[in-house]
Amino acid sequence: MIGGRDAAAWIQPCLGTGALETTVEMMLLKKILRTPVVTEPLVRAESEEQVEVIGRQIDAWAQRVLGRSLHIREVDAGSCNGCELEIIALNNPYYDVERFGLHFVASPRHADCLLVTGPVTRNMADPLRRTYDATPEPKIVIAIGDCAIDCGVFAGGYGVIGPVSAVVPVDVIVRGCPPTPQTVLAGILAALQTHG
Amino acid sequence: MLRALALALLFFAAGAVGSLLAGSRPGLARVLGNTFALFGATVALGLGLAGAAGGTFEVVIPRLLPIGGVALGIDRLSAFFVVVIAVGAIPSALYALGYTRVYEKRHSLAGMGLAFNAFLAAMVLVPLARNVLTFLVLWEAMALASYFLVMTESEQRDTESAGWVYLVMTHAGFACLLVGFLLMSRAAGSMSFADWRGVSPAIGGTTRHAVFLLLALGFGSKAGVIPLHIWLPRAHPAAPSHVSALMSGVMIKLGVYGLVRVGFDWLATGPAWWGGAVLVVAAISAILGVLYALVEHDLKRLLAYHSVENIGIILLGVGAGMMFQSYNLPALAGLALIAGLYHTLNHATFKSLLFMGAGAILHATHTRNMEEMGGLIKRMPWTAVCFLVGSVSIAALPPFNGFISEWLTFQSLLLSFQISSSAANLIFVLSVAALALTSGLAAACFIKAFGISFLALPRSEHAREAREVDFTMRAAMALLALACVAFGVAPFGVLFFLNKAVSVLTGAPTDVHFGWNSVMANDSFASVSPLWIAVALVALLSAIPVGLRVAGANRRRRYYETWGCGRALQTARFEYTATAFANPFKRVFGLLYRPVKELDIQFHPESRFFVRTIAFRNEARSILEEALYNPLRRLAQFLAERARVLQSGNIHVYLLYVLIALLVLVMLAR
Amino acid sequence: MLTKILIEVIQLLVVALGAPLLLGLLRKLKARLQGRRGASVLQPYRDLRKLLAKEAVVSENTSWIFRFTPYLLAAVMLLASLLLPILTTHTPLGFIGNIIVLMYLFLLATFFLALAGLDAGSAFGGMGSSREMVIAALAEPTVMIAIFAIALRVGSTSLDEIVRRGTTESLLLLNPGHLLAFIALFVVALAETGRLPVDNPATHLELTMIHEAMVLEYSGRHLALVEWAAAMKLLLFLVLLSNLFFPWGVAATSTPGALGLAFVALGAKVSALAAIIALLETSLAKLRLFLVPELLSGSLTLALLAVLSFFFVR
Repeated sequence: MIGGRDAAAWIQPCLGTGALETTVEMMLLKKILRTPVVTEPLVRAESEEQVEVIGRQIDAWAQRVLGRSLHIREVDAGSCNGCELEIIALNNPYYDVERFGLHFVASPRHADCLLVTGPVTRNMADPLRRTYDATPEPKIVIAIGDCAIDCGVFAGGYGVIGPVSAVVPVDVIVRGCPPTPQTVLAGILAALQTHG
Repeated sequence: MLRALALALLFFAAGAVGSLLAGSRPGLARVLGNTFALFGATVALGLGLAGAAGGTFEVVIPRLLPIGGVALGIDRLSAFFVVVIAVGAIPSALYALGYTRVYEKRHSLAGMGLAFNAFLAAMVLVPLARNVLTFLVLWEAMALASYFLVMTESEQRDTESAGWVYLVMTHAGFACLLVGFLLMSRAAGSMSFADWRGVSPAIGGTTRHAVFLLLALGFGSKAGVIPLHIWLPRAHPAAPSHVSALMSGVMIKLGVYGLVRVGFDWLATGPAWWGGAVLVVAAISAILGVLYALVEHDLKRLLAYHSVENIGIILLGVGAGMMFQSYNLPALAGLALIAGLYHTLNHATFKSLLFMGAGAILHATHTRNMEEMGGLIKRMPWTAVCFLVGSVSIAALPPFNGFISEWLTFQSLLLSFQISSSAANLIFVLSVAALALTSGLAAACFIKAFGISFLALPRSEHAREAREVDFTMRAAMALLALACVAFGVAPFGVLFFLNKAVSVLTGAPTDVHFGWNSVMANDSFASVSPLWIAVALVALLSAIPVGLRVAGANRRRRYYETWGCGRALQTARFEYTATAFANPFKRVFGLLYRPVKELDIQFHPESRFFVRTIAFRNEARSILEEALYNPLRRLAQFLAERARVLQSGNIHVYLLYVLIALLVLVMLAR
Repeated sequence: MLTKILIEVIQLLVVALGAPLLLGLLRKLKARLQGRRGASVLQPYRDLRKLLAKEAVVSENTSWIFRFTPYLLAAVMLLASLLLPILTTHTPLGFIGNIIVLMYLFLLATFFLALAGLDAGSAFGGMGSSREMVIAALAEPTVMIAIFAIALRVGSTSLDEIVRRGTTESLLLLNPGHLLAFIALFVVALAETGRLPVDNPATHLELTMIHEAMVLEYSGRHLALVEWAAAMKLLLFLVLLSNLFFPWGVAATSTPGALGLAFVALGAKVSALAAIIALLETSLAKLRLFLVPELLSGSLTLALLAVLSFFFVR
């Protein structure tokens, strides 16, 4: 039922057939309705020092425009996927970034912010630049994790051409290997608030 | 009025003779033939409008033909069809002025001018015929003239077989008509159409049914209903584009004319199953027509299949009308018939427009294959806009003309609940579903047709080098595009004429009420105001940018490459193809297409990790042709082989055959 | 005359301004059902304001179709808001078109959106267009048969008339065919507005997208218009469903009191439908594209039953 095997199955409860499926559906509904809100309030203090606003100034225009709605495009420029796992966690009910008006989108055209992870590899340098160019102004670039900031353990590798700032202008860096979801969140919020 | 007819015929004759005489100078032949055709068609338009407004004439030229002579006359219905023909013919002749220039080197423009003018004259005359023999002679003249036009590019293999299929099908249809007409003439005791309506109800059941079936078959094959459509997607694309426009836009409408005459006039009101049969065939034609169009990537063949679909939509109106008439609901019958006839006119405009657009593309890119087009909107902006208008019209979207006639058809089908017969109700319900599905699929198909041909990047060198076509071709398309808009937003002009023509046929006022700005069906059952829709859309469209300005929207626009996940290489090969676009449809309706998949990979001889070529074929088969026509063809072949026994080459034996035939005839006639 | 203009202006504003709120409400409800706090219900307004302030990046492959489409989408939805009986049974511009016209206006919007999807020459856009049209085409018969079912009972296809009959003859609402037609149209509404289980409005995966894939190229003000139009379409469908099938509270007169009551009733009905959608979207997975036809033929069957029940019952 949940897997969507049978297309008409979800109308079936209305028609009174499929007793088993109806039971499963009822169990699911009960679970949905019983589960409380599990989102935790944001704890900032511990992660502040890992975030640094650098390089290009985020101007007042960008802050005014993006202050309460920020759509994010994640770019993996060659990461080990450690940072990705932490970033994905942002979407779960515990961290729930949506409450801050943050939203992950599928196209740089829709994005205001690029979240770049990993050292930039040779193959990803050009796509990263193109993604940056495809994003409409005003836009923010946040480098996530130690590799994105100074190539981390991959520094000097033959496939690595440098940190993110070597390819596109970076506004905020978030340290950590990997940074916790909270730190990432703090970094994004810092980009929006420091100069406000 | 008679003078107008004579003048029109004179122009056509001048065009035919003029282009023949100028035979050695193709440029002159082109100009003469098409200019006189243009004049003739314009006069015919005047004739049609005068007739639609109520003017009549009857003329008999006694000894020109045996049995009754040539009898011509005009009533409102004939006049309406003359208008339809003229609406297609005027732009077609104008278009041909520029379009046929490419034929000057290779083909005889003299012959083309002769056939083109003869074709136009025959078509204008067919609805005016008033007795059997006149009708049949003109009908055959029309078929032959169009056959010669189809064969213009006879050096191509496809054309030859297309012409052959067309010739066979059109003569099979002609045979049905001939037998039907003769049966009816004998039963009614007259070869004159005017006498038939009165005596028809008195004719015995079997004869009347047989006459109906034979005439319906004959006219149906001309109209291209499924399963008699097989010549249509072959012959129409093979002809030069201005002729395709005429054949698809206008000629097949004469099949509709015949059916309307049969169902409402000649045979008077028939039993309900006549209308029911027409409805069922119409629904099948509509759905299968559009489904075959969807998987077709030859632009002109796609359009030809859409003609099958639109004939289906037209006949839904006609069939519903016949049904209402049998259940004694003449007001509703009027509504349904108006819907069908309105769609006839609309289809003549947008299908001619689309075929001319396809011709313009063919002219510019030398291909009919959509997979080699693309990006033409930047290279041929005029053609693109006109083709878009045609596409939106044929997809029946408001406020263009296809919408208003399809809307009327829907209303007439929905109102069928006034019939109290379960079988009839069921047929109508399914017709509604069929029409709805058809319109959705037609929209999808024209997104494919326009989107793949005109948008994005050019897919071939030809498309990249395409240039806009010359002035006459653009003018012809613009004329038709304007007609699409005018018939869409101002339906009262058309309805005014149709209302009268139809109420004469059904014998009661119709259920359509209209003012200058709105159309109502069955009082408060439904109303629409296309004019207001157009006005409101334009007003809102211009208000929104102003609103954005007031709201302080950013007005910067930056051009950058298409988002392709950061990929470096961006070529037309990344674009969605017509095949890809149609593929989900192919899977959903797999039962009807029976798609054949073939994957042929040639590996490098050294290693299977390197591929030399990949060939992929995924074709839809036409199950109708396989199931219905192949056995027939085999049967014909078998019979023909047996019949060869008769041909001995000995003249004495042949004389014996003649003698036997004569004897049999004498005995039969006694 | 002034009242009439006023009513139309109010209807326009209800749809234009209410649509983002509906989206916000729907997202908030979904967030709560998923155990999240979720964004404020006003978040869609903030998103739109931000998009309007941003520049538009346009693909160099595109033509005027791409830039024209967002405006057309918004215009069509606004036009629809003028002829739909939203607050009163006497919509001043109701004569412009009946329910079939409304559906064809939506199809007009879909047509241009699908063209715009093809315009940039990206594979995603074409894929979205193709899929969107499969769904739109297959939904069409259900829509028309459901309309047939309604027309049979009411004897009219005029939107005003259907709602009016519903308010005066409440027995009409108890008809089994009525309920079947409602379910059929509800499924179509989910399919046409790109909700689960047909399309996932929150997906990030290009290969599963339908609506989102077509608008992947839009940015800035164009994207704002497209998203606004999509929200308006959702609201219009919910208004259509609630007023056609549960016309409680729709004003029969144009007094301020009646209109106010109608406004509150509409809010309640649309919120209830939004809650149902939120619950469905939380408990359902997206269907495979090639199972969607089965879902839609299921809804067509329901609509056909709705029609047949009339012929049998009478």
